[in-house]
Amino acid sequence: MQTFFIVAILGLGFLITFQIAKASEYVAVLRGEEKARKQTNRVNAFMLLAFLILGLIGVYYCNEELKGKILGEPASDHGVLIDRMLYITIAITGIVFIITQVALFWFAFKYQESDKRKAYYYPHNNKLEFIWTVIPAIALTVLVGFGLIYWFKVTGNAPKDAMIVEVTGKQFGWEFRYPGKDGVLGKKYFKNIDPAKNNPAGQIWEDEFNHDDVWMEQEMHLVVNRPVKLVIGSKDVIHDVGLAHFRMKMDAVPGTPTTMWFTPKYTTKEMAEKTGKANFVYELSCDQMCGKGHWGMRGVVVVETQEEWDAWMASKKPQYLVAHPADTTAKKDSMIGRIQGGNSQPRMKTSNN
Amino acid sequence: MSEALNVHPGMAAHAVHHDDHHGHHKETFISKYIFSMDHKTIGKQFLVTGIVWAIIGGLFSVLFRLQLGYPDQTFPILETFFGNWAKGGQIQPEFYYALITMHGTVLVFFVLTAGLSGTFANILIPLQVGARDMASPFLNMLSYWFFFMASCVMISSLFISTGPASGGWTVYPPLSALGQAAEGSKLGMDLWIVSMALFVVSSLLGGLNYISTILNMRTKGMSMTRLPLTIWALFFTAILGVLSFPVLLSGLILLLFDRNLGTSFYLSDIVVNGEILPNEGGSAILFQHLFWFLGHPEVYIIILPAMGMVSEVLSVNSRKPIFGYMAMLGSLFAITILAFLVWAHHMFVTGLNPFLGSIFVLLTLLIAVPSAIKVFNWLTTLWRGNIRFTPATLFAIGFVSLFISGGLTGIFLGNSTIDIHLHDTMFIVAHFHIVMGVAGMFGMFAGIYHWFPKMFGRYLNNTLGFIHFWVTMIGAYLIFWPMHYQGLAGIPRRYLDKKGWVSFNGFPELDKMITIVSIIVFAVQLMFVFNFFYSIFKGRKVTTQNPWGANTLEWTTPIRPGHGNWEGEIPEVHRWAYDYGKDGREFIPQTEPIGANESKH
Repeated sequence: MQTFFIVAILGLGFLITFQIAKASEYVAVLRGEEKARKQTNRVNAFMLLAFLILGLIGVYYCNEELKGKILGEPASDHGVLIDRMLYITIAITGIVFIITQVALFWFAFKYQESDKRKAYYYPHNNKLEFIWTVIPAIALTVLVGFGLIYWFKVTGNAPKDAMIVEVTGKQFGWEFRYPGKDGVLGKKYFKNIDPAKNNPAGQIWEDEFNHDDVWMEQEMHLVVNRPVKLVIGSKDVIHDVGLAHFRMKMDAVPGTPTTMWFTPKYTTKEMAEKTGKANFVYELSCDQMCGKGHWGMRGVVVVETQEEWDAWMASKKPQYLVAHPADTTAKKDSMIGRIQGGNSQPRMKTSNN
Repeated sequence: MSEALNVHPGMAAHAVHHDDHHGHHKETFISKYIFSMDHKTIGKQFLVTGIVWAIIGGLFSVLFRLQLGYPDQTFPILETFFGNWAKGGQIQPEFYYALITMHGTVLVFFVLTAGLSGTFANILIPLQVGARDMASPFLNMLSYWFFFMASCVMISSLFISTGPASGGWTVYPPLSALGQAAEGSKLGMDLWIVSMALFVVSSLLGGLNYISTILNMRTKGMSMTRLPLTIWALFFTAILGVLSFPVLLSGLILLLFDRNLGTSFYLSDIVVNGEILPNEGGSAILFQHLFWFLGHPEVYIIILPAMGMVSEVLSVNSRKPIFGYMAMLGSLFAITILAFLVWAHHMFVTGLNPFLGSIFVLLTLLIAVPSAIKVFNWLTTLWRGNIRFTPATLFAIGFVSLFISGGLTGIFLGNSTIDIHLHDTMFIVAHFHIVMGVAGMFGMFAGIYHWFPKMFGRYLNNTLGFIHFWVTMIGAYLIFWPMHYQGLAGIPRRYLDKKGWVSFNGFPELDKMITIVSIIVFAVQLMFVFNFFYSIFKGRKVTTQNPWGANTLEWTTPIRPGHGNWEGEIPEVHRWAYDYGKDGREFIPQTEPIGANESKH
């Protein structure tokens, strides 16, 4: 019923508008088209000026209303660089925005049709055109320069002591694998994936690097101020590891592992204080369309101190032991040999950044 | 518009009532209005089909905006119309994703490519270069009918039980390749591919025709540098389309193979719904390269014709020559070249090699230079003009405003460092809707209001035109400007409900406001559609041959030109298209020989 009323009101409103529009056409003819046209012209010119002024006020108002709702301080070292680049760009484009919009609407208002004025025949001016080719070129060179410096810092190689975590997306959730004490992720093969046999990641058990790898879902723990390198993959379709507070993002592509690294600056608790939100958590969002559950594909990142992290990790059982409950002793022996072997190279195929 | 504008004593009187004398004999209803080979009729067919698609695509956006603005409310009427897709009056996730996918596909390809360049290339090219028709009227007709078939296939996909494609308009595999991964990736996706294949054929037939007509069929005296900028823009648009659409087609054919023949072009290491697939060695990223090799030029395919028409409309209505014709032309050329060299800026966070990324940053920001030149030239065209605010002029000014706003946010996204944060958030949605979507529509509206008298021999109602402009302009900014803040807050695009998130749930009021404004703007577009069809039959009649006092050739044809456009000889051209306000004369048509005492420019 309500819908019906809304439709009826819209229809009626439209009918009235149309009648007025029709009538104004006749009135124009009666009053002299030229005179009516010139009056409308003045009205529209004035409206353009009003639009400019109200628009600029609106831009300011919108910023005042919404600036408190965006994310606040970046929570990673890379995030600081990315935000700085953002503010440099806002400053430069902001100036251009104001100048060009003001010029556009002001010219439109100022040079509205008038019997007193004749349009000025001004087909070109090479000097002027040269100037406004060079100025944007310089501004853009500055932006590209800063941008690329930061870009190479952010995408450069991770420090050697970075913690490694494997992140795997699937419809619709996140899985994590920690390399365990040896610091090396064991090999895996997608055809080994079998949750029924406690092998959800497809680890190759013959590879001894796998024997201490810890596997878990939905929650990732990181250490504050310690660089972390994420090795990212996907089981089914393309997902994207989006970490808005860290300002980081990288696609999770099936068959092609990707990486990203950063250093968290604040623990979850510190961030809760900074944002004033008691329920604050770092969220891991899927940022690449992945199917009907895309909008709820949420993971949680807990950033904590080294001690807290150690205690948490100590409570976890390597997946190998979950899959091979009877195999406890054999595994311990091989682990000792592994640590003595001292191989700390990740043995995964990773993209070369 | 006004009699005062028709200060053209020699031309106004004759050629008013010749409509029926000329043209082909024995035209039946079918050959004149349906399988017509007249470029003007084909253009109108593209336009009307584009309008129908725009209503459908716009309605889709209203539906998913309802979900975004009122995620908790139920709308029983939706269940009445859409059944299981809106169970209990709430839009289901599969339906939501089908809606956004179809909204994107329809608006980008069917409305802003076929509806925009299909319409105006057809109507304007022969009229403005001085040709009786396209180089091949028959292929031109086929171009429309392939588009029509593409439309039918796409429409049919809306009515199958698993629904239309739902993987986003970019249809990235593996999501789009695996029926197990989404309902929309079943039959709907095959239909999507078939429809797009037909669409590519249509676009190629049209594009080749446009190029050959512009190169070969210009009237005497119409050198390339005397062409109006509309024609140059449509020329470059056609070149972009001809060179890039086949790449999309090849990408889609490989996708079709992966879907149906068990190949592994895009598939590798996949376990979907517990099922281990045999495919190994493919690259999902390969598709993105192929897609964006069209996808990026595509945005220029949309915006170049709008730029061309805006240049023409601004010049005519400020009664001044377009400022810097050669610079405008050079910018169009530069944009066309660069359009092919920036596609990977859509892929900065796919794991692309960072060095390769840096090259694409450079080329992407380079494209801002010709864009800036164009903006400055439009501003200078208005400067010291004598501007008439017809609805077309207003839409052209609105276009420039939106192009500035959306172009500047492009500088954020083209910079890979910032793109890491803003990629696939609401920021990008706001950016491309302003710079490509709404600006493209504004260019199209400017063109429709300006050339409607040429198309139908009648005027659109001005008052409705002004209401249409102001509501759309204010609405566009209200909808898309605050959306940037959602993006800065990191809200990913394509999230149909943000309640479950601690970081993203701060904007429920904003989402409501945007939804309400979208509905109002959509209603006003329906009003425009009404104005359009009403005025075709009942609009005020055009009584003079050149109502806007314009220089270009289309205004030398009869008010309702028949097939063949000109009675008798095609006029000869003696000057460029922009002699407005020269030597104290308001305008000098292109057909007028250079006077003995005329100043040079």
